[in-house]
Amino acid sequence: MDRLLFFARRCLKAVLVILFVIAINFALIRAAPGDPATILAGEAGAVDAGFVERIRKEYGLDKPVPVQLLTYMKQLLTFELGNSYRENRPVKEIVLEKLPATLLLTLTAFVFSVIVGVGLGIAAARRSGSVTDTLITAGSLVFFAMPLFWIGLLAIVLFSMKLGWLPPYGMSTVGADLTGWQAWMDVAKHLLMPAITLGLFYVAIYTRVTRAAALEVMDQDFVKTARAKGVPDGRVWRHHILRNSVLPVITFISLQAGHILGGSVLIETVFAWPGIGRLAFDALFQRDYNLLLAVFFVSSVMVVIFNLVADLLYSLADPRIELQS
Amino acid sequence: MTFFLSRLLRQPAGLAGSLMLAAVLLLALCAHWLYPGDPWAMVADPNLPPWSPGYPFGTDMLGRDVAAGVAHGARVSLLIGFVATAVAVIMGTALGAVAGYHGGWIDDLLMRFTEISQTIPGFLLALLMVAIFGPSLYSIVGAISVISWPSVARLVRAEFLSLRTRDFVKAAVLGGQTDLRIVFRQILPNTLSPIVVAASLMMATAILLESAISFLGLGDRRLISWGFMIGAGRTTLLQSWWLSAIPGVAIFVTVLGLNLLGDGLSDVLDPKLRRER
Repeated sequence: MDRLLFFARRCLKAVLVILFVIAINFALIRAAPGDPATILAGEAGAVDAGFVERIRKEYGLDKPVPVQLLTYMKQLLTFELGNSYRENRPVKEIVLEKLPATLLLTLTAFVFSVIVGVGLGIAAARRSGSVTDTLITAGSLVFFAMPLFWIGLLAIVLFSMKLGWLPPYGMSTVGADLTGWQAWMDVAKHLLMPAITLGLFYVAIYTRVTRAAALEVMDQDFVKTARAKGVPDGRVWRHHILRNSVLPVITFISLQAGHILGGSVLIETVFAWPGIGRLAFDALFQRDYNLLLAVFFVSSVMVVIFNLVADLLYSLADPRIELQS
Repeated sequence: MTFFLSRLLRQPAGLAGSLMLAAVLLLALCAHWLYPGDPWAMVADPNLPPWSPGYPFGTDMLGRDVAAGVAHGARVSLLIGFVATAVAVIMGTALGAVAGYHGGWIDDLLMRFTEISQTIPGFLLALLMVAIFGPSLYSIVGAISVISWPSVARLVRAEFLSLRTRDFVKAAVLGGQTDLRIVFRQILPNTLSPIVVAASLMMATAILLESAISFLGLGDRRLISWGFMIGAGRTTLLQSWWLSAIPGVAIFVTVLGLNLLGDGLSDVLDPKLRRER
């Protein structure tokens, strides 16, 4: 019952976030300098006055503001995201086409960063004060301070141009016409550099968080009890310290979901990865605001879904969370 | 003040961070004197490699001095980072103070709003804002502060919640002080340490955000910035990779300096305060 209530509350919050995002989109369109219809029409408005008129009708822009907001909400909630004038087809279609590439990139980066970050954090805490600890802590400080897109460019120079190990751009070899296993390997090769680059920043964060948490957990009574009982060192670390040190990391993860999607705009631009981040960049330059607004909306929906799943997992991993919320 | 500074500088993190920042600040202040004139001006042959005589960082594809760009870019990064942080801190403090001091439904409402703002993809929102309002110093500062305030609001609210129940605040209430006076004279001064620490870390993030926005080509076109230089150097990455590499080092030094300073400050100002993010 408690869990049901907890989850219902989280769902309500998810709905609120989505409504809030729609309101932001609407406010941005309204607040922009000039006529909202021309913003939605992009450059096409300049050449086709009838198009602007159609948009005005479609979004009810000739009606009072509250009616406009409701119309807009209804449109977005049914995923009617309008048309991209540039590509002359529905925005929904374009975004759905690019979404899998972004999911592949961000999820790989995410898994990489959690595993490596937690691993390094634990390794540093376990040998706290040693050379290993100093190296890991210094490394995480360094990667925390580097712009992602800059690491990406340097990685392209080093691993693609100088060493020739990895392909610099794209998601698959153009014109190679690979099938089956080889096609997968080809994508994996293209994925490696962008995913690691995107993940490095989060590796740095998770390393710091895990290390700090582990150092705190290490001193607690249940760990001392376990040691006093004669539990072997490896087991104490795996079962007692690691498990409890991961909890703050999980809290961070839900905050990072939106962040990592923002980072993917940069990474997809640097590595020409064909996802919605790259789409957002193109939309910026073609002044295709409707497409840009849609990418923001869809990204927010993804973050909300991701957080719901994370909340559910968290409540299963740590029953105490229900009492706190 | 001297005591505080000497303690900060006696710490390895605080000392290293202060030195790095001082160097960048000096560069920004001396930019006009070291490299008078327009950093956008073409002054030499294009594509000179680093360590060319007179041009320690070389020149770009249009013959612009990279060192002059780095020096003038320091002003833009520090300015935007500082102003955006200041605005975000003021917004966050105001909201957090009201929520924490008032409590009840206002606290609930403001904190839900803060959480929701924290959930949405901030960088994308910043890009949208800059794109729609047009790239300028103001739109960039505005966009960065709009996505940065929530963490300060949460921090300040938590401080206010705990300080509100302390005896000295109760005494002030009994003494008949007004709410405004209690907030500004009693509680706020006691929350300054964590705010200062959070601000130095936030400024580091703001500089990274600014560089990313400029890198994507949405920077203020009248001002040269490090992010823009990295983005412009991309087109000739194979021939002259240093055009992108050098401004990146400048960003790295500045951001690392601010992070180290934040760590140092947090140890000096409040030894109990664990670094939170």
